Amino acid sequence: MSVLEMRDVSKTYGQGPAEVAALRGVDLAVDPGTMVAVMGPSGSGKSTLLTIAGSLESPTAGEVLVSGAPLAGMSRDELARLRRRSIGYVFQDFNLLPGLTAVENVSLPLELDGLSGRRARQRGLEALDLLGLADRAGHFPDQLSGGERQRVAIARAVVGDRRLLLADEPTGALDSVTGEAVMRLILAACKRGVAAVVVTHDAQLASWADRVVFLRDGRVIDHTSPPPGPESLLEAER
Amino acid sequence: MSVRHALLALLAEGPKYGLQLREEFVERTGEVWPLNVGQVYTTLQRLERDGLVESDDAADPGPQKGFRITEGGEQELTGWLRTPPDLAAPPRDELVIKILVAARMPGVDVHDVIQVHRRYLVELMQRWTRLKEDEDGTDLSFALVVDAELFRLDSVIRWLDSADGRLRRASVEPAPARATNTGPLPKMRRRVGGRR
Repeated sequence: MSVLEMRDVSKTYGQGPAEVAALRGVDLAVDPGTMVAVMGPSGSGKSTLLTIAGSLESPTAGEVLVSGAPLAGMSRDELARLRRRSIGYVFQDFNLLPGLTAVENVSLPLELDGLSGRRARQRGLEALDLLGLADRAGHFPDQLSGGERQRVAIARAVVGDRRLLLADEPTGALDSVTGEAVMRLILAACKRGVAAVVVTHDAQLASWADRVVFLRDGRVIDHTSPPPGPESLLEAER
Repeated sequence: MSVRHALLALLAEGPKYGLQLREEFVERTGEVWPLNVGQVYTTLQRLERDGLVESDDAADPGPQKGFRITEGGEQELTGWLRTPPDLAAPPRDELVIKILVAARMPGVDVHDVIQVHRRYLVELMQRWTRLKEDEDGTDLSFALVVDAELFRLDSVIRWLDSADGRLRRASVEPAPARATNTGPLPKMRRRVGGRR
């Protein structure tokens, strides 16, 4: 079963002459353990797609299912629980809470979900350790480098048993080597069974994905085929 | 790619045999550029002719013949490292020509043509990235070569994206017709890189 399934999803903002169609009939399915990149220019609907996939907005038409459960039938509380337990977000500007330490940022969603402070902290430390940040757990965001902050954001997005990771330009203003490290971490999360959707206009980022979907004017216009084995690249030149 | 200077660089580390040079060349370039033994020996012969390397005259030509760099060879190598490759004149790029043609051809949607190439290039980048992923960053030469290829392909995609946007804007706000611009392709009004 797909972790995320979008069926014929459309989203319009405004009404009458001011109506803008941000998404038009988008179909997208992301299976466990796979990374899908959504590429498109500014205004193509990438971020709208992500906010609808993450239940932060509801579609004007069509259906969104997370692990087979339709979002349309859920109450506000159920949606909030889904977001806390199943969906992780990574944003370009990290969105860490400045007054909380790294481990507090990571464990907050678990605490909000009712886990005891001690257990939440333990899970948070485990997630940070996985991303090589165990020694930064007590630091505040402004004491961390850009790359470290983004790793904390990824730890927060995958802490607990999150199944869906949604990332909007996750390497933002990071240099290319640090950006690559961030992509390797998202890929590692996918290897553990997480399904990831990465929205970007950067082809180098998108090329880490198993499948790249091209969005234009709110429509999916094209996607890549599954790549043949990488060996073929070197063999072809021999 | 200068095989000549790559071989000089390997010999700058110490005397080596022809076969050894081939193996080390392939290894140091991340095994991305294959090189046959014939190429190695032809290049070594020319280097010897130009006085940049010396060989063991006594030995028979073949795998056991050793080579070492001369003082002239070392000077040549140092000079080459700091000489910028010729990037001043734009290459006659096939993809650029295809897009220029598609933009003018009746019945052809240039944006579809752009997307075909964009998808192909992204698929190619996925394959290179997969190689990098498997390698796990331990082979530095390999990572450098793959990065170079990824940046090159990325720059082509960026150009396609910018061409796509520019052509869309142009179709919404058509530029005033120019009397001089009547041919099937826009005329190059300036020779780029001609100032040398």
